[in-house]
Amino acid sequence: MAEFLTQYIPAWLAYSAAALVHIVLLINLIAVGALFFIWLERKVAGRIQDRLGPTRVGGKFGWLQTLADGLKLITKEDLMPEGADEFLFKIAPYVSFCASFAALMALPFSDSDMPFVAQHLNVGVFFIIAVLGLEVFGVILAGYSSASKWSLFGAMREAAQVVSYEVPLGMCAVVPVLIAGSMDLVYIGDCQAGPVWNWFIFHDPFTFLVFWVYFTCATASVNRAPFDLAEAESELVAGFHTEYSGLRWSFFFMAEYGSMLAVSLLASILFLGGWHGPIPVANWLGLTFDNRPLLGYLGNVLGCVNILAKGVIGVTVMMWVRWTLPRLRIDQVITTCLKYCVPIAAVCFLGATWWQFMWPNGLLLETPVAVYELRENWPEAPAANPPATVAANLQRGAI
Amino acid sequence: MAEAIYWPTVFFWLFAVIACAFAVAVVLCANIVRMAFYLVLSLAATAALFFLAGADFVGAMQLLIYVGGTLVLLIFGVMLTSQDRFVSMKTSREEMSIAILVGACLLAVLVWAAVSVPDWNGLGRAAAEALPLEPTAAPIGMGLLGARVDAPDRSGYLLIFEIISVHLLVVLLGAAYLARAQQKRSSAVG
Repeated sequence: MAEFLTQYIPAWLAYSAAALVHIVLLINLIAVGALFFIWLERKVAGRIQDRLGPTRVGGKFGWLQTLADGLKLITKEDLMPEGADEFLFKIAPYVSFCASFAALMALPFSDSDMPFVAQHLNVGVFFIIAVLGLEVFGVILAGYSSASKWSLFGAMREAAQVVSYEVPLGMCAVVPVLIAGSMDLVYIGDCQAGPVWNWFIFHDPFTFLVFWVYFTCATASVNRAPFDLAEAESELVAGFHTEYSGLRWSFFFMAEYGSMLAVSLLASILFLGGWHGPIPVANWLGLTFDNRPLLGYLGNVLGCVNILAKGVIGVTVMMWVRWTLPRLRIDQVITTCLKYCVPIAAVCFLGATWWQFMWPNGLLLETPVAVYELRENWPEAPAANPPATVAANLQRGAI
Repeated sequence: MAEAIYWPTVFFWLFAVIACAFAVAVVLCANIVRMAFYLVLSLAATAALFFLAGADFVGAMQLLIYVGGTLVLLIFGVMLTSQDRFVSMKTSREEMSIAILVGACLLAVLVWAAVSVPDWNGLGRAAAEALPLEPTAAPIGMGLLGARVDAPDRSGYLLIFEIISVHLLVVLLGAAYLARAQQKRSSAVG
């Protein structure tokens, strides 16, 4: 986009404008997503508990409920406990929010010819997992700086939980990387083009199993029930956000819903075909860049709708789980991670490696031979690598 | 693309100043949790420098290992030292002067080393703009598997990689074993 704009306006303006568009779109995705998910959560909770949920605000279905909630939160007094560490207390919600936002930055929303992605990284999977792990930092700062034992307990539990669940989460995310032969999310998504049986979840029995382990670990790592010990109201009042009120409190929740959406979108790219629908409608209609740019763009929009639908379904399943299962104890949480998730993920990783070794093209999937192509494109035995400088690499498109 | 301001340099200075400023803040601050917070910001700015240099993989690694590792450090800092509500550390004048001396020596050696290596002097703007963008993750992976793409003879680091992997595995098992043994003894006594 920036390259396109540089044809018309100065480069610095073009880059700033492109960055601004990306930022506004992603922040709106988190904010509007949170608005929608909070309403959905109330509705899902209501239906599961055999009641209606919100019905009045905004006419039918109570769809303006979240807006009313937001107004209430804005008008609340911004309290801070006496003896709290002021600077850290104030900054903690933003740290959480930034981590959740930064994860979405490397997430592609559609096809590889012209992907909808703010920053196309060739280590996208790795970056997103690294950044999502940082969200807990805001929680720990909040828990510590609140000067309340409930907050501190909540934060410590959260820290233990997130640090241990990062291990199986990483192991699960490695399996699709292994099959696709790349850490580039755009590439991983495009490996699963075509009908539903090309999705990595149906690649072999091990990936089918590992998807459910991934989903469990993702639920735990975004601190959702049944793993929401950090805010267990029966023991810890409200956990790490006990002392927060008003808009600061709502930032934690925007971060939580944002990272729920991020892990669901990541799951749909890694296992569920990403922006490719169950039936390759876009190809049948000829919505590709080979035909006409406009048609290709329409195809991309369709892909974007596809992946967002998958993400929303993932979040809905998380809500369904939350209102169905009781909360685990902290020892059960750690047991689930270390005794079940890690071994299952490890066995599945080995199994998927073995499967890939025995049937490199899969049984149904036509796996591209990207690694070998890359290898041929590399310069054949250069005399010496040119020394790369920061400025040089930067100019090559790192920003 | 010929412009008066070279934006990459601007961003380099921005992140470099952030990293250095928060590194100084870590030293000057007395509260252990704030220190950890400043350290995280400093390390994150370093990661940003890696991303700026086009080294995606190293940058993500920096985020995962250093910034994530500081998190664990912070937890231990809080758990082991929180006798009072907010821990503050006071440094005596002698400790401060020794630290400044050692730090200054290290800085001098590093600056001298950085300036004296001719390969690290940079290319100049025109040459820099001519370099193509290459992916970094695949060459790193190939190098660790024993087939460097930039070496004439396709040598690699397979043995070193395996030694480090096995070493880390031993450390992990050892840590698990130690934690387990301690738990058994305490339950037997109690």
